[in-house]
Formats: sequence, structure tokens, C-alpha cells
Amino acid sequence: MNERVARLRQTSLEAKPVLSLERAALITEFYRDCRIASVPRLRALALRHLLDNKKIYIGDDELIVGERGPAPKATPTYPELCCHSMADLEVLNSRQKISYHVDEEARTIQREQIIPFWQGRSIRDLIFQEMSQEWKDAYEAGIYTEFMEQRAPGHTALGDVIYSKGLLELKSEVETSLSRLDFLNDPEAFLKQEELRAMGVAADAVIRFAERHAERAWEMATHEPNLDRQAELRKIADVCRHVPAHAPRDFWEALQAYWFIHLGVISELNTWDSFCPGRLDQHLAPFYEKGLADGTLTRESAKELLECFWVKFNNQPAPPKVGVTAAESGTYTDFANINNGGLKADGSDGVSEVTYLILDVIDEMRLLQPSSNLQLSKKSPDRFLKRGIEIIRQGWGQPSIFNADLVVEELLRQGKSIEDARGGGTSGCVETGAFGKEAYILTGYFNLTKVLEITLNNGLDPRTGKRLGLRTGDPGNFRSFDELFGAYRKQLRHFIEIKVRGNNIIERIYARQMPAPFLSLLIDDCIAKGKDYNDGGPRYNTNYIMAVGPGSCTDSLAAIRCHVFDRKDVAMAELLDALAANFESHERTIPAAGAGSRSPESLRLLLLNKTPKYGNDDEYADAILTDLFNAFYAEVNGRKNTKGGSYRVNYLSTTCHVYFGSATGATPDGRKAYEPLSDGISPVQGADRRGPTAVLKSAARMDHARTGGTLLNQKFTPQLLEGEDGIDKLAHLVRSYFKLDGHHIQFNVVTAETLRAAQQNPEKYRDLIVRVAGYSDYFCDLTTALQNEIIARTEHQGF
Amino acid sequence: MTVSEVTREIERDLIFWDESGGGVTFSGGEPLAQPRFLDSLLDVCREKRINTVVETCGLAKEDALLGLSEKVGLFLYDLKTLDPLRHKKYTGVANDSILANLEALAQRKKPVVVRYPIIPEINDDAENVRQMIALLSRLQLWRIHLLPYHQTGTEKYKRLGLGFRLEEVKAPPAKLVTKIAGEFERAGFKVKVGG
Repeated sequence: MNERVARLRQTSLEAKPVLSLERAALITEFYRDCRIASVPRLRALALRHLLDNKKIYIGDDELIVGERGPAPKATPTYPELCCHSMADLEVLNSRQKISYHVDEEARTIQREQIIPFWQGRSIRDLIFQEMSQEWKDAYEAGIYTEFMEQRAPGHTALGDVIYSKGLLELKSEVETSLSRLDFLNDPEAFLKQEELRAMGVAADAVIRFAERHAERAWEMATHEPNLDRQAELRKIADVCRHVPAHAPRDFWEALQAYWFIHLGVISELNTWDSFCPGRLDQHLAPFYEKGLADGTLTRESAKELLECFWVKFNNQPAPPKVGVTAAESGTYTDFANINNGGLKADGSDGVSEVTYLILDVIDEMRLLQPSSNLQLSKKSPDRFLKRGIEIIRQGWGQPSIFNADLVVEELLRQGKSIEDARGGGTSGCVETGAFGKEAYILTGYFNLTKVLEITLNNGLDPRTGKRLGLRTGDPGNFRSFDELFGAYRKQLRHFIEIKVRGNNIIERIYARQMPAPFLSLLIDDCIAKGKDYNDGGPRYNTNYIMAVGPGSCTDSLAAIRCHVFDRKDVAMAELLDALAANFESHERTIPAAGAGSRSPESLRLLLLNKTPKYGNDDEYADAILTDLFNAFYAEVNGRKNTKGGSYRVNYLSTTCHVYFGSATGATPDGRKAYEPLSDGISPVQGADRRGPTAVLKSAARMDHARTGGTLLNQKFTPQLLEGEDGIDKLAHLVRSYFKLDGHHIQFNVVTAETLRAAQQNPEKYRDLIVRVAGYSDYFCDLTTALQNEIIARTEHQGF
Repeated sequence: MTVSEVTREIERDLIFWDESGGGVTFSGGEPLAQPRFLDSLLDVCREKRINTVVETCGLAKEDALLGLSEKVGLFLYDLKTLDPLRHKKYTGVANDSILANLEALAQRKKPVVVRYPIIPEINDDAENVRQMIALLSRLQLWRIHLLPYHQTGTEKYKRLGLGFRLEEVKAPPAKLVTKIAGEFERAGFKVKVGG
């Protein structure tokens, strides 16, 4: 990278996340003083008020401009969604990990302006007010989480629309749609009018926001003594006058256009996974080629612009999360995930020179944000995969690798057109979506293993002592494994229905109270339908429930099947007793018949070491995984949401396997109470003992094509990947997994020794980035429990 | 284990070999110590179009070795020293049949990679290197792996309660390995350090 980029990168790395009350104060001011209007119009006017009045930041050296807050890493709050208490601010300020500095001024604003206005009036308040007692009980017990309790639905990536159309053109489409409204026959005509008008207001708001940057840059230029910088500032002003009002004309304008759009989306609401340019290489390729051809661009200048663009993502930490949301997603990363390669809409290979340029950028920048991935198709050249592996083996966790052909298959199965499927990809962690055309909403994680615990306690949650589940029978009376599994399926359905009932309410709350007119402008077919992104406007509307801990749950079921029903060397009573006692001896432990005087610890070792485990290409354990997968799928897939779309499953955990583990007692796989569960679809930490190929074989027994994403972590030591030989081996491994229809794989390349050293001396390892789940994070920013968990993940020593 | 049990294990990794061009290495111990079992497995592999490698110290009956050699994709053939006395002293057997077997494979143009474990003070001397180059040039076996001695097995001997007689021997200096590699390369060999 050149000196400019090095300085920008350093500034971004050194900036500390601070809480900015700028947005909260402006939004509050707007709502306090606004006149009556429909909800969508109010949302758009609120966005306009914010963008018209917020501070414009243009930093030294910057070429791509615009910040969500008043300065890099000044992170706004969204009180209309989640009004933080003073205690929340204290937690945010002082918690050991993922803290946000909160200064006195911010506290004062929160106390005097924000809390008095929003307390009891935020979406979060409304959600908890509307949820049933059984929903709350199950939520508090750690059976599921709720994504929308303090952040808005988002989980989407942009398609190619902004590269050929400016916001003014989109606005004229809005006008056309308005002119077609039929107030005589369409009972929704007024609702549509208000939504469409709101889109128009939002478009103007973002155009005006860009113009304010043009004005600021021009003014800065007049005071700028350095002639080179003066010219740059004038150029920035030109760019910001043109985009995003009009379609970009060149590479620079394309990047700046996206960035204003991105800021618009993440200022309007605190959408999950921020926002994402999706197929960036494919979108930029025409501008790159044109620039090279007419001499206005070189590979170097394109790289510099991309690197300036990269810094912008890193300047926007995730909006501050509290409570369960912080536990399930404990990271500064906001999950913008750049897709590289893949297929074009016509089915041809999408890898271009821009792809390689972006890979160079990823390699040089080594930033937490944005995330990046390879979309690897069978058509993708090996050069593409191997260039990616060169970056992966440096061990900072990016890029991850996706099976582009399978992603297309998943989307086709869900009913997308072939073009929309190929134009899709993966965003957030591993979530499949049709970019620019779909709202694919993650509604919450689901704790498979906790449901087994409740089944084994006949509906009772041992931790809270509450009866949360159904009375499916005393497990001591089950005569076969099938009876146990039948009971488990009943409990599964019970809890999924509680979750979906809640979702149906929350979804309507967002549709009615918290529309997103700016985001709606960008996603097909919201304009044509006159409907909001949060109300079924997009062409496709999918809801996900994310299964957590299939490894832990499979191993637990396998242990029961193997020892209680097949080998009969453990009695159910002995097992349940040991689980209740967390495998600790106490006087009341009654040895089961035939068990002799076996201690709970020796039972635990038996369960741990003499039981078939998922992740070893073992048919016995893997067959249970398949049954579990099918059971969860049958309960979730195809249920209708309130937006005309369907529920689907996916398998990822972010940091939720640690949180869910902390809510789950000892399990039959030999895991002690409150330890983390298995992550993603990875085997239980340390349970895979037959090497990475066996893990891949086991993981592929799950039918990934029927999911909307699965997440598999593997950890290697750097030595294993040395030389051309090492790159080849990893390439073969990835290609083989994808031939088996695996969805995604990612690699941690570090030694456990290094990680332990980092734990002891965090100050020496501040820059150590590891792959956590669907993203990378600074190791030192992880909680000790998560650090230990990553260390425990099997460190593969050979293929 | 039976042939079909081993076959089942082998088949687990088929999908990866289709991609990488890899296959099975029959290693040891000494696979030629069980020639009939090996023969059956090689038949299975041939039928399933799986690449095979046999790693051997070369101590085997010539007809058994040659019989198998039709079915083997590649031999990894250990050659420790050409000095018969030293060979006898450190391995317990003479090297005449090992050399004869190597010659027989070479004459029949079987694919062979020779592996030379470099053990300080035992077979790392210039004379041994010179003799090896002379022999292998004559046999036209141009691929060689140099395997620098290492001590990672020490712990295993301890855990098995066995005495380990090379405990005092250190890994050869990198400079020496580079020098030996250079000599082979100058003589026209394709050299790989490490296996």
C-alpha cells in the first residue's frame, strides 16, 4: 500500500470506538418537533433531518468520503429501536470486551434528552410488551435468541442497480409507481402512496447528504495550501455532486456512490449485518476496464481507491449491543462481507482482473472490516483459489470460501429464478441470498441441545426450574431410542412454534412501525409493489431460524443411543443422575443396577472417549446428525411468514454457542454444565480425531442444499500450509468438500501455543486476528471463554 | 484386520484422491513382510483405479517383490548405506539382497524414488554419498528424497518402554543437508529434502 493508504489505515486502527449521541439527539429532536404524517413519511423525514444536520467529516488523505458518525468509529445509537438505560451506557463503557467509550456529554444527552423521550416507546419496549409469557420464559432460558429486539431486519446485500441508475432515476421510477396507484379499487393504495412518497424523500435526503460533502470538500479546497490535496478535494467535490444522484461514470464514482448508499442504509436503521456491496468485483469490472482503456485509471490508482474504500468499512463498528444480543454476537464486526468470483448471471465464470485486484487489497489491508470471501465455482480457475489460500494461510482469518454452485442450487430450491440465483451469494456470516432482490431475515439462534436437556427432564428446565416444555414422558420409561427421539421432536416443534408465533408479531411491528424507505428504494421490487423492505416489498422474503450446536446435540443423542439402548452399559437413571450432578460425585448418587460403583467422572470419561462422535466419518454418529437435521428441517422449512415468504433453516452460531452453552447444563456427550456448545456445523471441540478429511465427510452428510448456509471451521498450524505443496493440499481439500456439496469452509491458521501466549500477554498480540464464526475478530477482544473455546478447537496436525 | 476392512478405510478418502491425484501409501513396519495381504490390497486398488505407493526397506524375497511390482504405482525405497559392514552393524542385516532387489526393479524400469535417511556419524560421510551417486546413476534412478534424521520418535520409544539407541544423535546440520542435496543435483538427480 502507498503512504496515503498506510496513514488512513493506521488512523482507522488507532481510533477507539466511542458512543456518539449525534444521531440520537437529531432523531429525538425530529420526533419531538415533527408534524403528523404517516409512519413511512416520518421515517424518511427523520432520515432527512439527520443527514441534513449531522457533522460532515472529510479526513486528511481521504479519497472516498463520508462517515456514519461525526468521526471514524464514533458509533451512533438508535433510540427509536433500543433506548439504552444509564446502566447500559455504563456497561458499554466499562465492559472488558467490545466496549464503547461514553463521555460525560453523551451521558448528559442520554439522561436529559433521549431517555425521557424514548423510554417505554422504543421498538424493543414494544416487542417485550407484546411477547407472551411462554415466549419470554423460553427466551430467558436460552432456547432461542431474538435478532430484532434491538436491531432492525437487514441481512441483505445490494445488487447491481446503483451502477446503472442514480437515485434520481430511482426516484422517477417511484413517481411512475405513484402515478399508477388505483385509489378506486386498491384498498392499499394509500399505504402504498405513503411508502412511495417516503422513498422519494429518502432519495432526496441522501442526494443532499452527498451534496453537503461536495460543499465541504470545495470549501476545504479553498483553504488547502497543498496544491495536490487542493486538486483532490476539488475532485472529491465533483464526485459527490454527481453520485449517487446520477449513475457513476467511472471507478472512483462507483465506489463513492456505493459508499453513500451504504451510509444511507446504516443511518436510516441499525440493520443487521450493516449492508454489503455483494458482488463488488463484478460490479466494478466494467468501470475498471473502461478506466484502463481511456487512460483515466491504472491498476495502482484503482487499488488506492479500493483501499481508501476498505478503510471506510473499518471505521464503522457495529452499533453497540447489550444483553443477549451482545452475547450472541459479541464483536465490533458488522458483517459486510465482500463476495469475490462466483458466477455471472449467464452462468459464466465471474472471476476477473478486478477479483485479483481486490484479493491484493484484502491481503495488504488486513482489516477486521469488511469481511471477504471467495465464491468458488467449479468453473473458477485454480489461480483464484490459490491466491485466496495464500492470504488464508497468513492466519488472520480472511477470506472464507463458499461453494458458489451450491449457493445457486440452494437459491433455486427456494424458488428463485436462475439469473437471480447466480446474482446472489452469501452475506453476513454464511447466509445465502439473492442480492438486491431479497429480504432474508435471520430471526434468531435456536439451541438444539437445550431442547434435548428439556426432553430428558420431561419438559422441565433444570436451570430455571420452570416447566417450559411439554410432558413428553419420563425418559427412564423410554424403551427405545426412537421413543426418545420422538419426544425430542415434539419438544422441538413446541419451541419452534413459540418462536415463530413471536416472529409473526415482531415482523408486523417492523412492517407497521419501523419501515425502511431508503433501503426499499434499492431492493427489487419494493418500488414496483409500493411496499417496504420490512413489509414484503422485496421479490423474495425469507426468514431463517439458525440451528446452533448440531455437533453437541448429535454426540449427546449418540451417547444415549449407544450406551443406554444399544450396548446397555449405562442405565438411563445413572446417566440422568450424573447430568443433574454435573458429573460430580455426591452422597446421594445411587449407582444404577449393573453399574457397580462407577463414579460420575468415570462415566463422563466413558461418554467422552468410548462413544461414536460426529466428525469422524462414523456412520453411527453421522446417521444421528442426519436425523437431527431432518427433524429440524421438517419443523422449520416451509412455514409461512407474514410477508408472503417462507421459513428456511441454516446452521451458524457467531458467538451464540458460547452463550447457549452457558445456559445449558451437563450433556450426555460428556460436556460439563455451562461449557460452550459446538460451533457452526463443526464437531464438538476435540471430538474429531480422524483428521480434516473425516470432518468434511461427516459435515457433508448434512444436506446443505436444503439450508440457506452452514458454517464449518477448521484450524491448521502454519507449518501444514507451507510452500506450493501446502497451497495445493488445501486447494484439494476445499474442492473435495465442495464436490461433496459443502456450503462453506474457513480456516484458522495459528498454533494453540500462539493463542495461549496471546491470552497471557494480550498486549503483545493485539493484532492477532482469528476466525471466530462467520467472521474474524481480534483474539484479545474475545471473552476468555471464547478464547478457550478457540484454543480447544482441534488443531489439525496432518491431513 | 481383513482385506475388506482395510478396503473400507481406503474408500473413505476416495473423493479427496479424485481431486488431488493422491492415493494409498502402504507403509510400515514393512509391508513386504506380509506379501500376500499386500498383494490382495494392491489388486483391490487396481480394480478401483486408486494410485498406490509401497514404502519399503527392500529386504524381501526377489520373486515376491517382482511379483508385486507389476501392481505398484511407485516404490519409495530406503537406501541407508552401501557399506555392507556398516549396514550389518546398524540394521542387523546385510544389504546384498536389498541392493539386488533395487537393481532388479531398476532393470525392469519400475518407478522408484530412493529415500536416503541422513543420520549423523552413521551414513552422512562423503564416501557414502559418492557411492550412492555412482550406484543410482548406473541404475538410472534419478529421483531421490533426502530425509534428515530427527528426534521426534524419542518420546514414543520412552512411552513404549523401549531403549532408544540413537538418543545421543542430533539432527544433521542444515548446511550438511544442503551440501549433500547439491552433490546429488550436480550429478543430475531430482532431489527433495523431506518426504
